[in-house]
Amino acid sequence: MKLNQYFLIIFFVFCSNLTFAGEKNLQNEITKNLRCLICQGQSVYDSDSEFANSIKSLVAEKLKEGNSEKEIYKYLKARYGDWILYDPEFSKNTYFLWLLPLLLFLFGGAIIFKLFNIRKN
Amino acid sequence: MKIKPLPIIVTFLFLIFFFGFFQGLKNPNIYEPRISQDQEIPFFTAQLFNSKTEINSNEIFAGNKFYLLNIWSSWCVPCKFEHKFLIQLNKEQNLEIVGLNYKDNVKNAKNYLEELSNPYDILISDKNGLTAIEWGAYGVPETFLIYDKKILKKIIGPITNDSMNEIKELIKT
Repeated sequence: MKLNQYFLIIFFVFCSNLTFAGEKNLQNEITKNLRCLICQGQSVYDSDSEFANSIKSLVAEKLKEGNSEKEIYKYLKARYGDWILYDPEFSKNTYFLWLLPLLLFLFGGAIIFKLFNIRKN
Repeated sequence: MKIKPLPIIVTFLFLIFFFGFFQGLKNPNIYEPRISQDQEIPFFTAQLFNSKTEINSNEIFAGNKFYLLNIWSSWCVPCKFEHKFLIQLNKEQNLEIVGLNYKDNVKNAKNYLEELSNPYDILISDKNGLTAIEWGAYGVPETFLIYDKKILKKIIGPITNDSMNEIKELIKT
């Protein structure tokens, strides 16, 4: 009986550690996708500026309150615009950005296809 | 002679892209978050600078006046440049200046105000920078002109003589 209780205690100790690590990972993942606006070219995760540190603590707080990743992005987007996200969402401002590689791929494919056809003939 | 369409199309596309990107080089690459016209001010609670009292944004911006929210810090050098303009603006009758002390050491901030005089009617502190984020600010100094709980104007960086005159024009109406 006592042994079981010990196991239970050990189980819970490890359990809390795991959830904590999970939250930290999600926080890192979110801050890696946020652009630091004063040290442009760096993510919030990489930067140690005042702005980045504030955003980091904000993300930690929002996660603690139970907000999801998407809600945090939405909150920051409302204040700083699309630019703060490294991975911009598909919208009328960004459809060119998302579709251009696909268009180039198709165009290049068409060229290659045509060249092969000419060689065959 | 047969005209080959492919090289012509490729050259044409190349030229379009070249000039597109070439024009793009001329755009400033420093991003500044824009605000839409007459955006509502965010709701927040903050601590008053001189006491431990909590105050929320509805209490601060309650009056039928113009408000100027100025984010400043004693460690911020450009804040010193705009200080004289804030003192001039403080003389305006229907303008209340709200200072948001951003991530500052209380002692340093007090020394700064003693040295340069205090232009702020209300002074609140933002120890962890979260209130500034509510406003979509990313550095110091930043200034917002507010009327009827709406943001009329946002100035990123220090107030200049021109922007001070612009504020004076705006609050006349």
